[in-house]
Amino acid sequence: MTDIILLGHGSGGKLSHQLLDELIIPTLSGVAQRDQNDAAVLNHGGQRLAFTTDSYVVDPIFFPGGNIGDLAINGTVNDLAMAGARPVAVSVGLILEEGLPLEDLRRILASMKQAAQSAGVAIVTGDTKVVPRGKADKIFINTSGIGVFDHDYEVRGSGARVGDKILINGSIGDHGMAILASREGLDLEADIRTDSAALHELVAEIIAAGGEAVHALRDPTRGGVATTLKEIALQSQVDITLEEAAQPVRQEVAGACAILGLDPLFVANEGKLLAVVAPEAAESVLAVMRRHPHGAEATIIGEVTGASDGKVFMRTAIGGLRAIEMLAGEQLPRIC
Amino acid sequence: MKYSSEFRDPAVAKKLIEQIGEAVAGFDGQMTLMEVCGTHTMAIYQHGIRALLPKSIRLISGPGCPVCVTPVSYVDHAVALARRPGTLITTFGDMVRVPGSSSSLQREKARGADVRIVYSPLDAVALAEKTPEKQIVFLGVGFETTTPTVAGAILEARRRGLSNFFALCANKTIPGPMAALAGDPELKVDGYICPAHVSAIIGAEAYRPLAEQLKVPCVVTGFEPLDMLQGVLMLARQIVAGEARVETQYSRIVKPGGNPKARAILEEVFEPCDTAWRGIGVIPQSGLKIRESYAAFDAERQLPVAVEEPREAKGCMCGEILKGKVTPTECPLFRQACTPENPIGACMVSSEGTCAAEYKYGT
Repeated sequence: MTDIILLGHGSGGKLSHQLLDELIIPTLSGVAQRDQNDAAVLNHGGQRLAFTTDSYVVDPIFFPGGNIGDLAINGTVNDLAMAGARPVAVSVGLILEEGLPLEDLRRILASMKQAAQSAGVAIVTGDTKVVPRGKADKIFINTSGIGVFDHDYEVRGSGARVGDKILINGSIGDHGMAILASREGLDLEADIRTDSAALHELVAEIIAAGGEAVHALRDPTRGGVATTLKEIALQSQVDITLEEAAQPVRQEVAGACAILGLDPLFVANEGKLLAVVAPEAAESVLAVMRRHPHGAEATIIGEVTGASDGKVFMRTAIGGLRAIEMLAGEQLPRIC
Repeated sequence: MKYSSEFRDPAVAKKLIEQIGEAVAGFDGQMTLMEVCGTHTMAIYQHGIRALLPKSIRLISGPGCPVCVTPVSYVDHAVALARRPGTLITTFGDMVRVPGSSSSLQREKARGADVRIVYSPLDAVALAEKTPEKQIVFLGVGFETTTPTVAGAILEARRRGLSNFFALCANKTIPGPMAALAGDPELKVDGYICPAHVSAIIGAEAYRPLAEQLKVPCVVTGFEPLDMLQGVLMLARQIVAGEARVETQYSRIVKPGGNPKARAILEEVFEPCDTAWRGIGVIPQSGLKIRESYAAFDAERQLPVAVEEPREAKGCMCGEILKGKVTPTECPLFRQACTPENPIGACMVSSEGTCAAEYKYGT
């Protein structure tokens, strides 16, 4: 561990995990790695509740296809959905920098309201703080959320089993590249927009179709598909093998990544989920996903190939094999 | 991925692999092919190419990552500039994490230095125009591919009349170390997989002395997996036939004379100089320094700072790795003390470094 916080500690990759595993979690809660999921599941008086929190510090605050406001609502809705829960209520904490134009705040709040209405969640509590100019970057948002369960299934990152198929609901890397292009003013001559979306309805359909065959769900945000699958592999103690030819990457995103020397597998998404499904249910779950607007381009990208200490491999298009590790430092800082 | 799918066709790959097998079928012993471009290094790992080749073909990585071959003293110089009041450092991303003797730009940034990642030296020129109260220093690290863009930025800064834009240059040219390594008896390079984009600037002709005088076959090769397999096939055929010629597999981009416009810009601003390569030492006339006529934009001349005495990390084998003499897994620090999140040597820091590639993709 370094003696100071580096930007890489917020990358969602190895440094982030190191900070969590060596300092934050041991100090605050001690929850075991295999139980670390996007939302905590609480048993209260015989009823299961999902509870999550997330902070949003994205720069720029407005980007093609969305802004920090709808991103904050959708992100928290998705963290609840990945536990298999139905989102019910969210809180909103605002930290505003002195000098933020009120019109910007109006636009962000309107987007939050619209995103919450679309997701069927109520914004029930909140807090607002203002800090002097230069002490924050325009606006930071924290959203916490509570969800309930309409079923008895347990969906968690440690549930993957040998033979399971890995499904994704569409193209990867769109959000991260949209942010990067607009933050850096890159003229990529391509229309790359965020994929930010609330996925709770899609999750409900997946669980209705697959039931207990749905072993794990996770949204590949910071660190991208690669880091998320590595987390699942480690939590479940399995090996995962992906097929390079099956990775859904839009041509514009692949081109932009190639120009900038980035790997789309490590680029953030905000409207994607990875579903780890038992092989006998994979095709029926895939069919259900494809019927939903947020899953029209769903596809199978790989499978769980063995029990081990958590390795992820890529079978390359020309028949080679390579390992996939977590993002080490930061590929794209401050993505959400 | 349609834009590159025709260069990743599994059926064509299978055929090329078979042809490579046929080419070396009667070859006794092992042939060592060295790639000298970081993007090739990454491509070999990324596509899992090594395991697809016959055992008699050994691929080794040379000094093709500009960040990796940059001496520690340069990083220390950049760190000293970052600490200088009123100075804003602009750099391509990879340099930020390279460890110097006692610090790195990433650490200086976390301590309050103004260090910004840019995607083009022209971004740094624009920043200089927008920020007249600061001295903007661009870190010029790279080979012939990126050096013309640094030259272009200096020309643009002069055109705009800026007096607060500077470059700290450790730019290098690639044929020098290729010749140095070709003459290394410990190494025995049988063929060079020559860089794609560097060659687009300098032209395939630049490798003629290597082939004709040092008798090392050279094939200018593209970055896609089928490019690389075809490049290996062309080299294998030359080696088996006992020939040493310059061939261009990447003919859709590379011309014999390269890019005259880029070369003219480069020569306008830069002149050759002796320079130190990490792990190899000083190679005469293999560096590029800013000419006297553009000295006003040279950070080294204009912004004097005290730079600490350079110290190499103990046990780091980057130097031997850069020469292709050892592989990353043979370094005692690899995966132990030296990881991408805590890099000790430059080969682990740069996304094009051999150790980073082995760590990220090695099975």
